[in-house]
Amino acid sequence: MNVLTLGVRRGRLEIKQFLRSRESVVFTLGFPIIMVTIFSLIYPGELAPGVRYSQYILTGMIAAGLMATGFQGLGMQIPMERDRGVLKRLAGTPMPKASYFAGKILMVLAIGALCTALLLAYAVLFTGTTLPADPMKWLTFAWVFVLGITGCTLLGIAASSLVSTGRGASAVVTPIALVFQFVSGVYFVFTSLPHWMQQVAALFPLKWMCQGMRSVFLPESYAAHEAAGSWELGKVALVLAAWVVIGLALCLLTFRWTTRRDG
Amino acid sequence: MATGEVFALLGPNGAGKTTTVEILEGFRRRDSGEVSVLGTDPDRANPAWRARIGVVLQSTGEFEELTVEEVLTHFAGYYPHPDDPERLMELVGLTGKRKARARTLSGGQRRRLDVALGVIGRPELLFLDEPTTGFDPQARQEFWGLIRGLAEAGTTIVLTTHYLDEAEALADRVGVITAGRIVAVDTPAGLGNRTSRPATVRWLGPSGPRAEETATPTEFVARLSGELGGEIPQLTVTRPTLEDVYLELIA
Repeated sequence: MNVLTLGVRRGRLEIKQFLRSRESVVFTLGFPIIMVTIFSLIYPGELAPGVRYSQYILTGMIAAGLMATGFQGLGMQIPMERDRGVLKRLAGTPMPKASYFAGKILMVLAIGALCTALLLAYAVLFTGTTLPADPMKWLTFAWVFVLGITGCTLLGIAASSLVSTGRGASAVVTPIALVFQFVSGVYFVFTSLPHWMQQVAALFPLKWMCQGMRSVFLPESYAAHEAAGSWELGKVALVLAAWVVIGLALCLLTFRWTTRRDG
Repeated sequence: MATGEVFALLGPNGAGKTTTVEILEGFRRRDSGEVSVLGTDPDRANPAWRARIGVVLQSTGEFEELTVEEVLTHFAGYYPHPDDPERLMELVGLTGKRKARARTLSGGQRRRLDVALGVIGRPELLFLDEPTTGFDPQARQEFWGLIRGLAEAGTTIVLTTHYLDEAEALADRVGVITAGRIVAVDTPAGLGNRTSRPATVRWLGPSGPRAEETATPTEFVARLSGELGGEIPQLTVTRPTLEDVYLELIA
């Protein structure tokens, strides 16, 4: 059996397991929609001519949803699996280790796609959003999605090695994710944040994922309101690709199959 | 260890049973010395070597929402020459539970699933770490039957346990480990020379219970029977049990 075949089989198993645990399905898929609804009700107005706040928060929540499935999801799931001995059992089989990661990436891609599709469907049906017709926009969407979620997935796997117990994982990962959501312009218009906060956020992927998603779903006119006065798609690609490399390096350096008390 | 042997590693909690086995399984690095498992250093474990060993760890119950059949079929895919999941379910008595989610299984059923996963690659060598902890007596008996069957089919088995009856029931040889050192290795019967040690004869004498240690119990009982004129009240003849010997060894 080669790495890829087994990776696909692991991916199918992971997705099956996810879909069967009702709490995680409802929370993961429902949370972004709830947030979009709440924030749209709080701020019903327009940010700029022809751009409603509800459109802005939609793009932010798409990006945040990808981070939630990749970074938060794996940052919590893997330590629990390590605690419960799932990883040790797998390490005791001839399964190639890369297949485990391939399976996780497939699972995250599937959940991320499902989460995004639901958000878009909700936006079209209930907030009167129209989706872009330009295929180039969808191409941008595709690469922002793939680069963004891959980086978050790798960082989630890397973060899973920071925490020593499954129970401690959510205490570490959740606040990190929340802070990034606030400073990266998920909930508030990025340019309205303090300058230093923008500078800090620009070092990390979420800000660029949000910006990339805005370039797809907001009208071209809004580009002038961005920090640089344009969508900066080249920079988006560069930063996200850099985080994929950094994330991969961190994974390779830190990943553990057993708990610390196992030695 | 010889091929086809069942070897039990006995010792109190914290003696180093699991540590030893985890070094053999390649999960833990040794501080010093040499280790060879199926001719390979477990520190350099590769998939080909992994395919030849089976591991049943202490932890169980991590498949939650997957069914017995799904888990077994999936794990079969990891091995080059896996056993038939159908046959294994039959063997461990989980055929009736094939569609049951793993989290709904009882402790004993989960353990049997663990064993099925440990042997699904048809290993030459199987490690079982405290396989029956928490079992009720009937479940243990069934489990022992399963292990005997595997041993008869030619699987070499290394078992850790702190149940002496388990070691006695299953093992060809027993190693006693305490504070990280092997203090004795022998057959369960021969451990601590207990077959050749004095027997204790107990009976109820005219003035109360009596006990006498003797190297020749048959002769002693015959003489006693003569003295008492036939039947000896409440007669028992015992040799040190495995437990007696074991407690001496780890003291």
